[in-house]
Amino acid sequence: MTLIALIPPLMKGLWITVGVTLGGALVAAVAAFAAGLARLSRHRWLNVPALVYIDVFRGTSALVQLFWAYFALPLFGVKLDAVTVGILVLGLNVGAYGAEVVRGAILAVPTDQYEAALALNFSDRQITWRIVLPQALPAMLPAFGNLLIELLKATALVSLITLGDLTFQAQVLRGATLQSAQIFSLVLIIYFALAMALTWGVRQLERRLAVGQDRGGLHR
Amino acid sequence: MIWDWRYALEILPDLIRALGVTVQATLLGMLIALVLGLVWAMLRRLPNRWIAGTIHWSVEFVRSTPLLVQIYFIFFILPDRGLTLSPFVAGVLALGLHYSTYTAEVYRAGIEGVPKGQWEAAMALNMGPWLTWRRVILPQAIPPVIPALGNYLIAMFKDTPMLAAIAVMELLQTAKLMGSETFRYLEPLTLVGLLFLAVSLVASRGVRKLETHFAGR
Repeated sequence: MTLIALIPPLMKGLWITVGVTLGGALVAAVAAFAAGLARLSRHRWLNVPALVYIDVFRGTSALVQLFWAYFALPLFGVKLDAVTVGILVLGLNVGAYGAEVVRGAILAVPTDQYEAALALNFSDRQITWRIVLPQALPAMLPAFGNLLIELLKATALVSLITLGDLTFQAQVLRGATLQSAQIFSLVLIIYFALAMALTWGVRQLERRLAVGQDRGGLHR
Repeated sequence: MIWDWRYALEILPDLIRALGVTVQATLLGMLIALVLGLVWAMLRRLPNRWIAGTIHWSVEFVRSTPLLVQIYFIFFILPDRGLTLSPFVAGVLALGLHYSTYTAEVYRAGIEGVPKGQWEAAMALNMGPWLTWRRVILPQAIPPVIPALGNYLIAMFKDTPMLAAIAVMELLQTAKLMGSETFRYLEPLTLVGLLFLAVSLVASRGVRKLETHFAGR
C-alpha cells in the first residue's frame, strides 16, 4: 500500500482519538475544579473525599484504571462501553492532576485580595467567582496545556480496551500490510500534529485571558 | 459476585513476583532516561544551531507523542532492520527514550540555574568545555533537580503497565492472564491497583523527603 492509501483507515481512528481527548478534557476540567476547590474547603466531608480521589487516581496507573473499569467494574453490575470507560477514566485520571493545579493557582492568589474583598463585604461565593478564579485561571492555563497533551497521549491506551482509535487502527493496518515503519511513523506524526494544534489553542486562550491582567501575559 | 479472599491470597505471591519485573523495567528504563536526558540537555547548549535545533525538535516530538505507539515502533520496526529485541528490552528502551525527553527538561532547568559567572570563571581558569561541564556545571546543576527526577521515576513506574501491550510479563499482564484463566478479573486487577498505590505513595513520600533534604542545603 502506498502512504496515501494508509491515510483513510487511520482517519477513522483519528476521530475517535479526537473525541476521547475532547470528552476526557471536559470530564477532567469538571473533576479538577470540583476536587481542587473541595481540597481547599474547611469542611472535612468535602476535603477528605477529594484527597482520596486525587491520591487514588494519581497513585495508580492510567492503564490499570482503564482495565479495572472495563473488566472488573462490570462484576459489580456497572457495565459501561469502551468509549464511556475511556472518556470517564482518562478524564478522572487527568482531572486528579488538574486538581493540584487548581489548588496551587488558587493558593497563589495574594491574601490581600481576599482581605480587600472581605472589606468590601463580598460574600464567599462572590469572592470565589469574582475575585479569586479570574486571577487564578490565567496561572492554571500553562499547566492545563501540558495536561491536555498528557491526555492526548493517554488516549492511545484506549486501543487496549478494544476501542478503535488511531493506535488501534494502526495495529489493524500493521496486521494487514506489515508496513510497520510507514504506519507507525505516520501515526506518530499525526499525534504530533494534534499536540501542536492543542498547544497552539491553549496559547491563544492564554493570550485572551491575559487581557486586562497586570501580571504575566502582557509581555508574551 | 463478591470479593474472594482465598483466591486473592492465592494469586498474591505471583503478583508480587511480577511486581519485581515491573520494578526492574522501571529502574533500567530510568537509568537510560537519566543518561540520555543529560546528553540531550548538553547537546541543546551547543553553539551549533543545527544540532541544538534538531535535538530540541526531536525531544519535543518524542515527548508529545504516545509512549504506547513508541513501544510498538521499537518492538515492530527494529526487527525489520535486522535487530530483534525481546519484548522486555524493547519496552525498557522505549520507556527510557520517552522519559529522557522529560529528564532533559529537568536537567535544563538545573543547568540554567547555575550562575553565568561559573561559566566565565571556568573559562578564565582555561578549563576546556568537557572539564567545565564535569567539574563545575554539573556538580552544581544536578543536586537541586534530584527530587524532580524522582517524580519522573514514579511517573515511569506507573507507565510500565503499557509493556503489557507487547506481552512483557509485568504486573498488569500477569493479572490479565490470571483473569482470562479463571474469569475472575476483580481480584487480580484490584490487587494490581493496590500494589501500584502502595509503591507510589511510599515513593512520593520519599521524594518529599528528598525535597526537604535539598531545600535545606
